[in-house]
Amino acid sequence: MSDAIAIADLNKRYGSVQALKDVSLSVQRGEFFGLLGPNGAGKSTLINIIGGLTRFDSGTVTVLGRNVVTDYRFTRRKIGVVPQEVVFDPFFSVREVLRIQSGYFGLGRASDAWIEELLHVLMLIDKADANMRSLSGGMKRRVMIAQALVHKPEVVVLDEPTAGVDVELRKSLWAFIRRLHDQGHTIVLTTHYLEEAEALCERIAILNHGELVALDSKRALLARGIGKTMRLCITTENPIGALPDALSQKVRRREGNRIELQLQKDSDSIIQVLDALRTHGAVITNFGVEEADLEDVFVELTHRSQA
Amino acid sequence: MNTLGLYTLFYKEVLRFGKVLLQTLIAPVITALLYLLVFAQVLEGRMEVFDGVSYTAFLVPGLMMMSVIQNAFANSSSSLIQSKVTGNLVFILLAPLSHLEFFLAFVLASVVRGLIVGLGVFAVAVFFVPIPFHSIGLLLLFGFLASAVLGTLGMIAGVWAEKFDQLAGFQNFIILPLSFLSGVFYSIHSLPDFWQVLSRFNPFFYMIDGFRYGFFGVSDVSPLFSLSVVGISLLILTGVTLLMLKAGYKLRD
Repeated sequence: MSDAIAIADLNKRYGSVQALKDVSLSVQRGEFFGLLGPNGAGKSTLINIIGGLTRFDSGTVTVLGRNVVTDYRFTRRKIGVVPQEVVFDPFFSVREVLRIQSGYFGLGRASDAWIEELLHVLMLIDKADANMRSLSGGMKRRVMIAQALVHKPEVVVLDEPTAGVDVELRKSLWAFIRRLHDQGHTIVLTTHYLEEAEALCERIAILNHGELVALDSKRALLARGIGKTMRLCITTENPIGALPDALSQKVRRREGNRIELQLQKDSDSIIQVLDALRTHGAVITNFGVEEADLEDVFVELTHRSQA
Repeated sequence: MNTLGLYTLFYKEVLRFGKVLLQTLIAPVITALLYLLVFAQVLEGRMEVFDGVSYTAFLVPGLMMMSVIQNAFANSSSSLIQSKVTGNLVFILLAPLSHLEFFLAFVLASVVRGLIVGLGVFAVAVFFVPIPFHSIGLLLLFGFLASAVLGTLGMIAGVWAEKFDQLAGFQNFIILPLSFLSGVFYSIHSLPDFWQVLSRFNPFFYMIDGFRYGFFGVSDVSPLFSLSVVGISLLILTGVTLLMLKAGYKLRD
């Protein structure tokens, strides 16, 4: 059986910027796939190409075995894309938007029942006849998700669906996406929130500067970090000033009198680090050691590819 | 062919201008009416037009066609630029619609708006002056072709423009002068030779002249020639637009 999405040797250039460079990856049917990368890594370009929104220079992209360029009618019917930016048509109500979107896919009034179901599931039913302009940002985002699902696509691609949404909505969106996955949809999710990818995705690709720097199962990616690195979180009485050079390179996060250092398990000594800080005048009030998470792996991989 | 998809996009475009009737239909009719009142008042009896045709009656088809031209252009161009700037064009681009279906939906919606506005101008104008009909078939044909040409031109402008400013430039420096200098307010035979020759290079002149023939059975040039010019303009612009859409120019970059 063909993959849900297969990408081979994909290249895309915007003027002098190589947005995607020889990217090859595949997403299996029924998989929950994460696409990670810093800003400008090429995630949205890749998603836009899969959805047919952007032309590419070379390579091949297929959805359920069919080419997204030559067989675009088939592939666009099989894929539902939720764009990253919150965009909407200010002329129409929520229900009108969904009926129109359904019509584009050749579905008539027969899809009305499904539209009503989407309105209920995404908690939009009270606003079904309200103009899009009157909706809150979170509601507009849910309408975009409904638009992507209106033709019941097998593959659902969500480009940072929880960017800028509050914690409550993020949780409810996670639950909804999980439900879609449980119903058999293939999910491709790009996100900035590594916690999100860690919680949801089975396999993860990391893009950086248009290149694929990692593609593995979440477990294998975490193992890369867990085996080798650890995180030392230190709280001091007063905020720490400038750090010795050897330590400043290991700083992962710094906030007031709290500092997080990323240490190599086999070469860094916690005792020596604490001693160095004390020698530097810091009064340590508390410290803890945490195992690496996806963020450490991400930072390590994206930094390594920049070097 | 995704017939329902095409119909839905067409319907959406018609619904869009239907939601702002005051701006898209009523305002252009009132503007044309003001032109009619002012120009007829000032120039009736002073301007030589066709034999047996009053200046006010002569003015009506010109104003109708000018409204058709400007509104058909405005419909496709403003819809596209708004969708591009606000970003909601993405929902159309994600749909399984071919570039031909995309083109037809936008142009046909422009035709509908152009013809409705033209009809609105006529409905108001008949209260002021009786207007004869020579050939309803020709009137419909010229009305359809002219609004299709301008709907297509509006698509080119809407696809090309990246901001409202550029579209306003296209409208103010190309569409508006060409429509005003096309014989809406005069017969080109009343112009000096140089301006007569120049007018013949303006495709909008043939739209208005042919349309006027449909009412009076009289025109500055042969209606068949006008029909050919307008038809060929439509074919050329359609070819250019379809190539732009197929290549994804400024839409799928």
